[in-house]
Amino acid sequence: MQTREEMLRKIRLNKPERTSLPANIRFDSQYEDTESKFVETLTAIYTEVVIVKNWEELAVKAGELYEGVVNKATTIPELNNWADFSLNVADPHELEMIEILILKAEFGVAENGAVWISDNYLPHRVLPFITQNLALAIPRSAIVNNMHDAYERLTDTTGWGCFIAGPSKTADIEQSLVVGAHGARSMVIFLVEEA
Amino acid sequence: MSKTIMEHSEASEVFNRDEPYVDWHDETLWFVRQKRDKSSKLLPEWEELRETASQIKNYVLSELDELLVQFEQKAKENGVHVHWAANAAEHNEIVLNLLKQHGITAMVKSKSMLTEECHMNEFLSKNGIDVIDTDLGERIVQLRKEPPSHIVLPAIHLKKKDIGDLFHEHLGTEAGATDPQYLAEAARQHLRDKFMTRRAALTGVNFAVADTGAFVVATNEGNADMGAHLADIHIASMGFEKIIPKQEHLGVFLRLLARSATGQPVTAYNSHFKKPREGQEMHIIIVDNGRTTQLGRADFRNSLKCIRCGACMNTCPVYRRSGGHSYHNAVAGPIGSILAPNLDMTKYADLPFASTLCGSCSNVCPVKIDIHDQLYKWRQVLAKGGHVPQTKGIGIRAMSMVLSQPRFYQWSGRLGRSVMRTVPFMVNNSLNPWYKQRDMPEPPKESFRDWYVRNRKE
Repeated sequence: MQTREEMLRKIRLNKPERTSLPANIRFDSQYEDTESKFVETLTAIYTEVVIVKNWEELAVKAGELYEGVVNKATTIPELNNWADFSLNVADPHELEMIEILILKAEFGVAENGAVWISDNYLPHRVLPFITQNLALAIPRSAIVNNMHDAYERLTDTTGWGCFIAGPSKTADIEQSLVVGAHGARSMVIFLVEEA
Repeated sequence: MSKTIMEHSEASEVFNRDEPYVDWHDETLWFVRQKRDKSSKLLPEWEELRETASQIKNYVLSELDELLVQFEQKAKENGVHVHWAANAAEHNEIVLNLLKQHGITAMVKSKSMLTEECHMNEFLSKNGIDVIDTDLGERIVQLRKEPPSHIVLPAIHLKKKDIGDLFHEHLGTEAGATDPQYLAEAARQHLRDKFMTRRAALTGVNFAVADTGAFVVATNEGNADMGAHLADIHIASMGFEKIIPKQEHLGVFLRLLARSATGQPVTAYNSHFKKPREGQEMHIIIVDNGRTTQLGRADFRNSLKCIRCGACMNTCPVYRRSGGHSYHNAVAGPIGSILAPNLDMTKYADLPFASTLCGSCSNVCPVKIDIHDQLYKWRQVLAKGGHVPQTKGIGIRAMSMVLSQPRFYQWSGRLGRSVMRTVPFMVNNSLNPWYKQRDMPEPPKESFRDWYVRNRKE
């Protein structure tokens, strides 16, 4: 407690005169077609975008895309028949076996390809990271322009959330890009028309 | 760090011995700078964004105490434990005690320049705690027992072959292997095992949001999240300047950060931690370590606006040709050179001189820190305080003598030009520091003044 008081005292003593916050913190670089911008951005960051009519069609597509893969998990009830790995585990370490995971998420951002996912959509926070391959499904209509719009839309009051843009990557070895550092090795975004 | 600390100029001399290597280092970083340019130009409002970010950060400095108190209160309401640390030693003690309370002897860590600044790994290791750095670049330098050379690209000074040899020795990869895909895969397997078995995770903090009590951690690899979501206890260490007032301000900063750092539109993972998950403990350590002092220096407090993107390093002609280690400080490059003297004026007196004052750093800074002005001002402070070596003082006094006497200046200019023309070995030798790693320029036939006087007459 003493340290806290001392730090705050020094800050009060040393801080500059009060300035005001900028009134405008939003900028309007709007995209005519947020969906095509979203797809363009994601393609550049090694992510495939698949448009489907409804959850049933998503299930069919998932069957095709991940044919022959075992340890498939999902949070989407319509895909229960497709999945063969239950997320009903007590210890998140058990999720390490998952090969492909399809999750429902909230919305996407055209400008940077990020998708918001949070506790609202996840039985375990580690899921989008621990899986070998990841797919996120959002309503086709849920794509905003940029990060300003994203935070305006974000009313999430859960304990944790993340903007995820593409698969995990690193360029730490001589600036050569490697996809699949610690998290997902591949990423697919499903845009669901009737979600 | 190293046993005996070399000054920046000495260390750069060593760095510059291998010319093809220096060229490669230079070009690699310049390539990152170019990616930043391309990416920033895609946003028509880029300059307005920088100005806005700068203003938000100015406000932060002026309201720091209140914002921190607000953040603390919100974080506590969210079930997060908040600690305050006046210096590196207190920070390290807090971490050690938390681990001891839980009987933990091994921890994973994602990138945190603050823990580098606090030399936490060394301290914990002396106290029987095994810390594994999980960012690939950081793991590489950790295995080499050296500090990161860049805040965003920790192993940028190494070639594939160095990493191949290192992994062969420590991770058992094939001898001579240099394929980045293969080497990264080996590191993935090695570190997965650590993630699966460690009960404590430490992360840095990119932004702490006062109005929600949340903190944001950005990575490309996903290592911060892998660590934090699997561990029983998550410790997040932050320098107190990481605070921002409102969640919506993240919109401004997240648009700037990755574009400035690597040219990506945004980092792959931008994780917003607010409450611990069920059964987990979450701790935040708010660290001062000299920051309150810096806040009190009117000329230098702006350095606390830094969001650690590294753009000033990638663009700096001196950094690119001298390497991060020559700065002998956790944060290298132009920003490191204005932060370090605040911590220790004697130890870091050389750093503000490791610059050409070209101003490129200030031009790329996403929060508009006047970096090159501060480098210049630090030189004055350090010289006045007697922290500048004698030889530099003699040189500066000689220069001031020449420059303050116009006739003497004209005469010495003429003398210099004729010496360089007639007896070039007088300057092209190892006694002249300007001759090191570069050729002296062709001397002009006449000075501008002579030319001007002649042409005015005609």
